[in-house]
Parts: sequence; C-alpha cells; structure tokens
Amino acid sequence: MTIREALREGLREALAGDPRVLLIGEDVGRYGGSYAVSKGLLEEFGPDRIRDAPLSELAFTGAGIGAALGGLRPIIEIMTVNFSLLALDQLVNTAAALRHMSGGQFSVPLVVRMTTGAGRQLGAQHSHCFDGWYAHVPGLKVLVPATVTDARYMLGAALADPDPVVVLEHAQLYNQSGALTGRPEPAEMWRATVRRPGRDISLIAWGGMLPRTLAAADSLAETGIDAEVIDLRSLRPLDDERLLASVRRARRALVVDEAWRTAGFAAEISARLMEGALYELDAPVARVCGAEVPMPYAAHLENAALPQTADIFRVARELVRGAPA
Amino acid sequence: MTLHGLYPVPLPRDECTDLLRQMLRIRRFEEACAQWYGLQKIRGFLHLYIGEEAVATGVIRALADEDAIVATYREHGHALVRGIPANSVMAEMFGKVTGCSRGRGGSMHLFDATRRFYGGNAIVGGGLPLAAGLALADRMQHRARVTACFFGEGAVAEGAFHESMNLAALWKLPVLFCCENNDYAMGTSLERSQSQTDLCARAASYGMPAEAVDGMDVVAVALAARAAVAAVRAGTGPRFLELRTYRFRAHSMFDPELYRDKSEVALWRERGPLHTFSDRLKAQASLTEEDFLAIDAAVTAEIRDAVEFAERSPLEPVEDLLRDVHTPSAVP
Repeated sequence: MTIREALREGLREALAGDPRVLLIGEDVGRYGGSYAVSKGLLEEFGPDRIRDAPLSELAFTGAGIGAALGGLRPIIEIMTVNFSLLALDQLVNTAAALRHMSGGQFSVPLVVRMTTGAGRQLGAQHSHCFDGWYAHVPGLKVLVPATVTDARYMLGAALADPDPVVVLEHAQLYNQSGALTGRPEPAEMWRATVRRPGRDISLIAWGGMLPRTLAAADSLAETGIDAEVIDLRSLRPLDDERLLASVRRARRALVVDEAWRTAGFAAEISARLMEGALYELDAPVARVCGAEVPMPYAAHLENAALPQTADIFRVARELVRGAPA
Repeated sequence: MTLHGLYPVPLPRDECTDLLRQMLRIRRFEEACAQWYGLQKIRGFLHLYIGEEAVATGVIRALADEDAIVATYREHGHALVRGIPANSVMAEMFGKVTGCSRGRGGSMHLFDATRRFYGGNAIVGGGLPLAAGLALADRMQHRARVTACFFGEGAVAEGAFHESMNLAALWKLPVLFCCENNDYAMGTSLERSQSQTDLCARAASYGMPAEAVDGMDVVAVALAARAAVAAVRAGTGPRFLELRTYRFRAHSMFDPELYRDKSEVALWRERGPLHTFSDRLKAQASLTEEDFLAIDAAVTAEIRDAVEFAERSPLEPVEDLLRDVHTPSAVP
C-alpha cells in the first residue's frame, strides 16, 4: 500500500463512519485531488461531502471553522503549504484563538490537511516547509505522518480531537510503499516513536526527512555506528518524554529538518534537549537543515538545498567519531 | 422638528418601544464605557457604536433565537441587543472573570455560545468566512437558520469579503450580509479607498440580491431586515444589506479625528437614530415624554448596575492563564 492509498483509506473510513465529516478543497472532487489522495471519493460520497471549492483558501478555510462551529467535522485540504499562507489569518487569528478568546465557549474541531515539502522541482512557491510555523501557534496541533500506518490512522486521531489540527503530508512520500501494520492506539499518534533502535546517537526526524534519515542510519551501521531514529509524528504537542529518553540513552543528538535553519523547528528541539539533558550529552546537539534559500527549480540546486542522506551520515559520524583531522 | 422615514411608523406600539429601548441601552452603555475608559477601568481599544444604534437593533430584532450572529470589533451594541446581559458585557470591558469571554476577549471579542453570538472579530473581514461556514453547516444539516454577518464598508476592500461573497452565492448559503457603511474605515473614507463606491453593485456582481437602507432609521432597518431574513430562511440564498450610517464618536479612543469636519459630524447628528425615532413616536402619539423618561431611567439603572457588577467582580486567577487554549477532554 502507498501512503497516498493509506491517506485515502483514512478519509474513506472517516466519511463512511460519520455523516458530519466532509472534505473541502480545491479540486478534491471531480479532478480527484491534485495529488490524487481523494480520487474516487466524489463518486462514493457525492458533491456535498466531497466539496470542490473555488481558489479561495482564506474563505474555504474560514468556512471550515464556521462549519465546525455549526456541528460538522470538516476536513480542509490545501493544495500546498505555500498556498496555506493565504489562509493563515483564519488559522492563526480565528481557529487557534477562538477557544481562548471566548473564555472556553467554543471548540473548533477542524482538520486541515496540506501538502508540504520539496523534491519535485516545483520551485519557490510550491516547495516550502513551514512545519515550525504551525507548531509555533498555541491552539493548533500539528501531525506529520511519515509511514503507511500513520498515514492510514492519523486522520482518525486528528478528527477525534476537539481542537484544530494541521496534518502535513509530504509530497515526496505519497508514492512510498510499505506494509500496513495494526491499528495503533489513537493516543500513540500524538507521540514520538523509535523507528530504529540504536545506542550511539539519536537521529531526530519527521515527515519527509524520515526515509533519508533511516537510510543514513543504515549507512552509519556499516561503519559500526549504531544510530537510533526517532520519528516525532506530532510537532505540537511535542513528546519531550520520549525525545529526552532517547537522547539520554544515546548521549548524542542530531536533528534533521527540511526547513530553513534560522528560527526553525530544529532550533526548538535543540533548545529542549539542552534544557532537559545538557549534562547527559557528550556533544552539542547538531542540526542538518535546508539551505537558506527560496527553493530553486534546477534539480541539482534543489538537491543541494535539501538535507540529503549523505549530509545526515556525515554530520552524524562526525558527532560520534569527531571531525576528521 | 424634522421627521424622517415612513410616517406613521408601520409597526405595533410595543415593538416600537422595544426598538427604542434597545437603542437607548446601547447609547447609555457606550456612554458609560467612554466614562470608565477615562477612569482607566477599561483599557485597550474601545470602539463606540454611538450613532449606529439603529443598525444592530433593527437587524438583530428581526432574527430568531436559533439564528447566529457574527460581528466586528465594534460590537457592544450587537451583544446587548442579542440579549447578552449588560452585566457580563460590561464585566468583559473591565477584564473580569464574570465577563462574557472571562476577560480573555475584551471589548473587541465578545462571545456567547448559548445565544449563538460568534464574536467579536477584530480582523476586518475575518468574520465573513466564518459566517459562510456556519451557514454551510445549517444547510447541510437541513436547519432553516440564518447567520447574520456584520462588517463595515472597509471590509469590502478585503479579499475575505470577495471570497466569502462568492462562496456564499455559489453554495446558496443562508447568510445575511450586513454592511454597516459608516463611510470611514478608521480615517479613510469610502471614496478614498474604493474604485466602486456603490456597495450594492459589489453584491450584485456575485448575483446576490442587495438593498441599500437608511441605517439611521430603525424602522427602515427593521423592515428591510425582516424581509431579507425571511428570504434567506426560505432557502433562496444569501442577501446583502448596505446600512448607511455614521459613527458620531471617534474610531477608537486614540483617534484625534483629523480626517473629517466637525460640520459633517454635526449634520449626521441631526439625523441621530434615537431622537428622530422618539420624535416620530411622539408625533403620532405612540410615546409620551413621560414614557421616554421612564424607559431611559430603567436603562440608565441597568447600565449603572452593570458597572457596579463589573467593578465588584473578581479577576480570573493568574494560575488559570493557560486554561482554554485547548479543550480539556482532548487526548494529547
């Protein structure tokens, strides 16, 4: 099963199981979804519930908030995370703030799915990674599926939550295949998990960076370095407990973040590790991040702008063995 | 004495008294806010509705209890007419835990779930998408409810206005769009900010029935709103009302009013919604001066009590700072 199919199964289950659920977004219906995630759902659930929206990210995201207040369980699909900036006002100023601003009177049970990330030569307006921006906002929650099983069941966890949840789907992952393992406990979807146990270093990743981080761990194993790979799964809330437990065991940590380094989410993780485990660390926390440049189109430049398996391998090895003389 | 609008007033006497009383409640409430702002008991931005009372009163009295309201940051009047007790609205101004948003919202963010009052939105145009969504939920769940969405003429310049008008018309959503045209977006007049100053033409471009109404005449507003609400409730899609009004006071308490002449304000004050309406009622013998004084005395007492309630109400303990960021039952 591919991650795309797993996401579709999650949508299908949600739509079939609860008549209040509907999907709103650009080209989710007749076109079949710009990344084909919702393909076939229009025929199954009809145009009211698989609702094609005009190119009005601000209005249909805000309408999702209103519909959630009105008793529905809307899922908003935003074609790419870059376009979600057009809806940022509604997400930050309304969805995230409404409960607090109203003294606890209104919950906003809204799920917003968006495609994130680079790697498809789509240039500077379709390729960015704003995970940390959404994770910055109290009142929002942020889930990032990176495996088939998580892609299959994370939507259910998001819909079960009474507050607004942003689900970030990485464009590079849609075609990834994997085995669907058993249905996880819903609470597990909000917790970090060890994807590969190891003793020498914790490699911390999420979303689109997970496969290449696992590949780097395999390469490290060939050089005798036993790396642990942590998949965060949820950026907000962030699972400090499992994160710190892993780093305390391995005593070294490397954070892999596709986004720009400056003020990025890797900096937040790094700070938490310093606060929680400084005296148990054998080396400063390291980061491998995206280059600080709007994403270029040409393939060689785009590759150079993104954290690659080789970069993760090199920095991790230096952290464990020391920099080459 | 100059009489404005339809005469005699084509509404039953008790309804007229109610409209007058609601407008007076807003006026006295706002005057108290200005006074207590001066005494520094109310802080932050404070936007007064004085001069515009006929708009909220006429529209909201045409709604049913099950209908929803989305309002702007100049929404004290809407909250009061909707039935949120003056006590809890004033306590919100004072930042007290007894306020209708527990002191988390303030003047610009009044909320009341039980009365379907969805704020209190201080992003210009930010309420329009929300209203479309509330209406979508009603339509999909086959409820004959109306969502009244208030916004100023300044919002017409926002993308949110156009996106939401299109969405509502396209999906035939039961929204009554109420544009409170007081001619100034803060200090920028309509003609200085819009290429098309005929706001109904904007609505018409989305195929939405629109009507311009004298927003200084509570009877005209009430009658127009009643007809529009009935049409929206009947499932004919959204409607647009442009309510032409004027704010007599500054935009907020920080506004030196450099952008308009005092003579312009004075002209509009002559058309003030309170005195013109009470004069009309007196002229047709539906109201005596004694009646008016009795209503005013009761309203003044209500607002005085609200201030006392707000003053003696407790503050929320600081230990509760982080409550209500998330719903308590949430899993993570």
